[in-house]
Amino acid sequence: MAGTSHVHRLLLPGESPVHRLPAHVKLPATLAFVVLVVLTPREQYWAFAAHAALLGVVVAVARLPPATLLRRMVVEVPFLAFAALMPFLSTGDRTEVLGLSLSVDGLHSAWNVVAKATLGVAASVLLAATTDVRDLLVGLERLRMPSLLVQILGFMIRYGDVVTGEMHRMRVARESRGFVARDVRQLPVVARSAGALFVRTYERGERVHLAMLSRGYTGRMPGHDATSTSPAHLLTASALPLAAGLVTVLALLTS
Amino acid sequence: MHVPDGFIDLPVSIGAAVIAAGAVAVSLRGARRELDERSAPLAGLVAVFVFAAQLMNFPVAGGTSGHLLGAVLAAVLVGPWTGALCVTVVLLVQGLVFADGGITAIGVNVTDMAVIGLAAGYLVFLALRAVLPSTRAGVVVAAAGGAFASVPAAAGGFVACYALGGTSSVPVGTVFAAMVSVHLLIGIGEALITAFTISSVIAVRPDLVHGAAGLRRPETLAVRPGGTAGTGPVTPEVPDDLRDPAGAPPTQDLAAGSRSAPWSAEESR
Repeated sequence: MAGTSHVHRLLLPGESPVHRLPAHVKLPATLAFVVLVVLTPREQYWAFAAHAALLGVVVAVARLPPATLLRRMVVEVPFLAFAALMPFLSTGDRTEVLGLSLSVDGLHSAWNVVAKATLGVAASVLLAATTDVRDLLVGLERLRMPSLLVQILGFMIRYGDVVTGEMHRMRVARESRGFVARDVRQLPVVARSAGALFVRTYERGERVHLAMLSRGYTGRMPGHDATSTSPAHLLTASALPLAAGLVTVLALLTS
Repeated sequence: MHVPDGFIDLPVSIGAAVIAAGAVAVSLRGARRELDERSAPLAGLVAVFVFAAQLMNFPVAGGTSGHLLGAVLAAVLVGPWTGALCVTVVLLVQGLVFADGGITAIGVNVTDMAVIGLAAGYLVFLALRAVLPSTRAGVVVAAAGGAFASVPAAAGGFVACYALGGTSSVPVGTVFAAMVSVHLLIGIGEALITAFTISSVIAVRPDLVHGAAGLRRPETLAVRPGGTAGTGPVTPEVPDDLRDPAGAPPTQDLAAGSRSAPWSAEESR
């Protein structure tokens, strides 16, 4: 079922060292990288370029197509629109840019948020592109996330496509009967579909649960054959946060 | 409305992550009471439902559209603890897999939406349930009120994080006014869609609505006085006392139905 899920479609399969890293070291490495980016002082423009270059190196090592990754970063666009408003809303010294009166501090804030959010989104996109979702679940479990939470996550990912497919079929059915959602008056129709979707989803959950019980499920998923953490893995995974740490420390020292 | 990386400073993000982790730990205990200990599949599918419901955009005004937060919807359908877990899981997947909301801001997002939004909304729901008559309409109206309250409450939680650790110099007052006014509007949409969804679920499977648990009595079969089993004609009418949830108990119980009774008095109308 790996090829069919839209969650799994985020994975760009490969055999690079980045792909082969187990999730329970890749995840903390990503988190550490983003934390270091967030810690970087906003006036040190070169440091953000350096962080971006580091991610570029990871993309090159993982042999991922940069265009695909850039296209996936459009999730961020609504937020960029919000950041664009900041120079107008902030207080403090003002400056003239193209005849508009903008707050200097607001411009800095907008730059700060845009740079850090973009690097954060890029890091998440890279993580999702190189990590199979099932490995991510095993990794979260090994990082001591409560088992019930990991299982809920697992079911959500496993059945995500089934339920969104069901929702899509309901939309097709509505629209083939001439339904168009123009304004609030159409809300009851959409909401009734949501109600029907809930009942169907819940009943599917009951069936899945019973089927699992009949196969001997006792509240825990059978153990995955855990890949052992070799020192080589740790070394590879720590390369990115170590380099980013160097950049951040230099940026803090020179600011 | 998902907070990205770099918008809230690190100490506040870490603080929010600690609050979120604590809330998840409490919810895990509470969820064991609401669901059977072994029903992770059910909670997982409810999380998928919340995720899918969030994909349903509805038009707000002037060509913009909003989407459901779904916190109160989930809490009323499956109970507050399980609902909080489901919304948390949805936010985790969105942050880790879909890059929607920053990795360092996951704590902030969970605290705003799955903790503050859900708790405020569910408390309003409980308060309205206590005041309103104990009928289906009462549950639907209470759910609408709770859903309406949850959206500005979540926005307020975000403003609190921003006031404590915002990295930009937009005045807190401006952020508060903008966030809360926009989210009051979105709250109306949330209230309407939650109410219609709950009322349509309550119409077909009232046993699935956790927030309406008090409304249901066990299904009962009644023998009308004077009827003789096997020989008398089968009476098609449903006795009045079965139609009225607040009415006197039927004269004689033949069997107490279970949650999964194949028919109910309501459906036989």
